[in-house]
Amino acid sequence: MTGQTAAAATEVVASPEEIREVKATAREVGVFYGETNALRNVNLDIRKNEVTALIGPSGCGKSTFLRCFNRMNDTIDGCRVVGGIMLDGDEILAPNVDVVHLRARVGMVFQKPNPFPKSIFDNVAYGPRIHGLASSRAELEEIVDSSLKRTGLWDEVKDRLHAPGTSLSGGQQQRLCIARAIAVQPEVILMDEPCSALDPIATARIEELIDEIRQHYTIVIVTHSMQQAARVSQQTAFFHLGDLVEKGDTEHIFTAPRDERTQSYITGRIG
Amino acid sequence: MTTDHIVKSFDEELNMLNDTIARMGGLVEAQLADSIQALTRRDAELAARVVSQDKRIDDLEHDIDSLSVRLLALRQPMAEDLRLVIVALKVSADLERIGDYAKNVAKRTGALAGSVPLDPVHTIRRMSALVMGMIKTVLDSYMEQDLDKARDVIVRDEEVDALHTSLFRELLTYMMEDARNITPCTHLLFIAKNIERVGDHATNIAENVEFLVSGTLPPGDRPKGDESSIVIVEPRTADTEGSE
Repeated sequence: MTGQTAAAATEVVASPEEIREVKATAREVGVFYGETNALRNVNLDIRKNEVTALIGPSGCGKSTFLRCFNRMNDTIDGCRVVGGIMLDGDEILAPNVDVVHLRARVGMVFQKPNPFPKSIFDNVAYGPRIHGLASSRAELEEIVDSSLKRTGLWDEVKDRLHAPGTSLSGGQQQRLCIARAIAVQPEVILMDEPCSALDPIATARIEELIDEIRQHYTIVIVTHSMQQAARVSQQTAFFHLGDLVEKGDTEHIFTAPRDERTQSYITGRIG
Repeated sequence: MTTDHIVKSFDEELNMLNDTIARMGGLVEAQLADSIQALTRRDAELAARVVSQDKRIDDLEHDIDSLSVRLLALRQPMAEDLRLVIVALKVSADLERIGDYAKNVAKRTGALAGSVPLDPVHTIRRMSALVMGMIKTVLDSYMEQDLDKARDVIVRDEEVDALHTSLFRELLTYMMEDARNITPCTHLLFIAKNIERVGDHATNIAENVEFLVSGTLPPGDRPKGDESSIVIVEPRTADTEGSE
């Protein structure tokens, strides 16, 4: 019955242009904070040029899981990650991985916009400078221009590139942070509740931006807004108490989830 | 029917939606039963009551529409809640249409009152009994979220279709035998078609129950047994050919 249902569902939604190439693969990933096992045995494929949304109640492990992809958990004392994560076939959890290089491949945008206390230009130019991505001033300017254009910020800031990044509005600051993330040409962008500090208009612009830039990047987003997960993602994974409970096409998760716990969470019931 | 949302007023609204569907369903059942009774007993008064009561069904459909729109806009329901609202909208449209058919049957009863009673009326009564059974089962399947009952209704619609085909043939024969039968038989043809359509709407509701419960829509091609569109009854030319 379930097999038949799943087959019928894929038949309906599958379109020929979808290649669904896998960009990153998490296998039996677990995270410990000291003795506490915060995340258990997570297996998930992150598909290229798609948005994967991680949802679940507070403390479910979704942000912890997100931070595994750029080894941000390394910075937390007593935090230990087990299992494996392959990024295009490279094991990124191995001890010999250059995390600075990894974080250039896997960028991150945080909940609160956190521009550097520098000019708009320098915020975006910072990454390319430290990673040596530009050999001349002209090349650097080109990177800054295209990053700001891609995030739709260019027209709003082109006349004041040397004003401080912090002088922008909240929504603009968040787009600046996204421009800063994409300036180093990452392959994957991790977003940890990128809109929770923004008003609905700024949120809509970020969501539109996410949809546009996924043509070029692979995006993993943690969000508390189920409507947002439903709007921006192609794949959704639901976490609960440290377990990955259910993963699947977003449309399916929000119309007919299979697991009782997913159902309870997304319909706002006591789970 | 739905409980335990963290926001209790959400439960209340969903339950109100279900209650309204239940009331609408009960009213539709009664209207259809009354219209058939008016037909078989040639009861013009009852027929007139059916016609005037139809507005109550329309009003309930309107209530369901506004409640659903409100729920969608203010609650943004997900998963089974979303399916419940969508299905309520579709089921209420089907029920409203069934109510219209009951009204149509009742309206034609007046036109039949002046003519001689015809045997095919009994076939119509049999067919309506089947269809009313389907409506009862499908409303139960909706309220109990019972897939087996819903699937049973889909299968039973074939019987109704088959009966409609034979009734169609029967009426044509009557008309050929005596031209005075043409007026009442034509009305009976429309009545039979209306009842056959009621069966189709019951089937629609059953399919929506399937979606409500399982989250997947049944395959588009459902069994069809109505062949009245290709029925030809040749006039009797020689005494060798008998009619039933």
